[in-house]
Amino acid sequence: MLRLFQTLNRVAVIKATIAVVIVGFLVLLGSRDLQNFDPALIAYLIGTLFAVFGIAYRYSVWLQRPPTRLYWRRSMNFLFSKDFISYALRSLKLFFKNIIFQRFIAHRSKTRWAGHFLMAIGCLLAFAITIPLTFGWIHFELRPGDDVTYYAKVFGFEAGTFPLGSVQAFVAFHGLVWCSILVIIGSVMMMKRRVTDGGLIATQSFSEDLLPLILLIAISVTGLGISYDYTFLQGKTYQFMAVTHAIVVILWLVWLPFGKFFHIFQRLAQLGANLYKHEGERRGMATCEHTGKEFATQLHVNDLKTLTKDLGFDYDKKDGRNHLDLSPEGKRSALAKAHFEARKESGKFFG
Amino acid sequence: MPETNYNPEMAFFVDMQRCIGCHACEMACAECETNGQESMIHVNYVNRAVSTQTTVQVCMHCEDPTCANVCPADAIHQDDFGVVHTANTSRCIGCSNCVLACPFGVPKKEEQAELMMKCNMCYDRTSVGKKPMCATVCPSQALFYGTVKEIEEMRPDSVPVNSFKFGNQEVKTKVNVMMPKGTHTLIVE
Repeated sequence: MLRLFQTLNRVAVIKATIAVVIVGFLVLLGSRDLQNFDPALIAYLIGTLFAVFGIAYRYSVWLQRPPTRLYWRRSMNFLFSKDFISYALRSLKLFFKNIIFQRFIAHRSKTRWAGHFLMAIGCLLAFAITIPLTFGWIHFELRPGDDVTYYAKVFGFEAGTFPLGSVQAFVAFHGLVWCSILVIIGSVMMMKRRVTDGGLIATQSFSEDLLPLILLIAISVTGLGISYDYTFLQGKTYQFMAVTHAIVVILWLVWLPFGKFFHIFQRLAQLGANLYKHEGERRGMATCEHTGKEFATQLHVNDLKTLTKDLGFDYDKKDGRNHLDLSPEGKRSALAKAHFEARKESGKFFG
Repeated sequence: MPETNYNPEMAFFVDMQRCIGCHACEMACAECETNGQESMIHVNYVNRAVSTQTTVQVCMHCEDPTCANVCPADAIHQDDFGVVHTANTSRCIGCSNCVLACPFGVPKKEEQAELMMKCNMCYDRTSVGKKPMCATVCPSQALFYGTVKEIEEMRPDSVPVNSFKFGNQEVKTKVNVMMPKGTHTLIVE
């Protein structure tokens, strides 16, 4: 156990602790010193704080890797430059296109996009509902003398009212039911791929690819169980439904930073990679000496020469050039030419 | 990875001088289920202006893969057999670091899909004891998948080499290139 603590990344622990303290402070602030905090959700809050620590820790360790650090620094420099407005707008547009709507997945397969989008939007909406509720940022109340109107409060401020039994109330209080349905449909579509696609069957792993889907389905089904219980069973199985759901959700929260779901947070780096490419194109392209064609931004090629050196690779040539100055086609041809020369020198092209 | 019947005795041998540029390997590669109908093998003219020489390139599955090292998203994984797998689709951010840093020019970037893809030695086939698609169709045996003993019998004047020098960097690979006897390293200037 002591060894585990000794191997922890100190910088990441500090950043993760700061993240937890900030979230804790926001919980106190948003719930008005816990006045609006629902004690029934304490286990969810602890699970969420653990997830915040884990995500911040892993993100910090991830950013310390040389290639990640390079992209992070470059994209932050480009974003917070004189072109801030244009790059911020570009990033915002891409955020909706590629993070919220995940349109890039449609170019891999349309069915896959549909399944992933349903699953992701269900999860994101569920986050948007449950996190503010768990933190006490949103709560609903009835007031004395008026038992037909719900008062919604956000951060302790009144944010709207709606009548009990109205369509609005039905939609709002079943928000997580709608999310569960979206997640179940999406997860089943993705699960179908995983059990029928030969390529996936050969390369997938249970913990990285199947377990996440099973957990999402389990969370959604147990969540629907709670609604089913109070709608059709008069709350007779409430304890069982509530405890089962809490166990699955908390397991998921604890696992969130370590498993496949971390890609939700990693995916934001795609925005940085896009800025990097765009700024690189503005600065100028690299031309391959073999093909005579532009193949990448000069910024990218130069950065990779430095990066590979930092990582212990030395592709410098004796004449001052670098193997990475060649395009992929140029590299393949260079290899073929070297092979040809070696065969020629031996006097036998085959054999 | 699931349980496999990957046979560590089997190896990949490439002889670019035998490539006749027929593109049969490209067609076969697109049948590999791990690629999703995208061909990952490269066949190109070496210098079309002066020669009809063609070359063929599969992923060489480096022992210390540069592509995986430069990946900012930890998306490229090398398994216990030394097979370097194509990018993990949930992690790859489509930055192209691997495309530009690979010394063999192997990974491809699918621009619209924001995804890097590359040969993973037909893992759906090799993991159950079958040969990679490209090696099963190559008519000139520029691509051969079998045992060292088999290739030594077929090519008595050649030797499999898995060491390459690019500038100051030595790269060792899982895949071999057939070279004249006595050669230990293919030096690329």
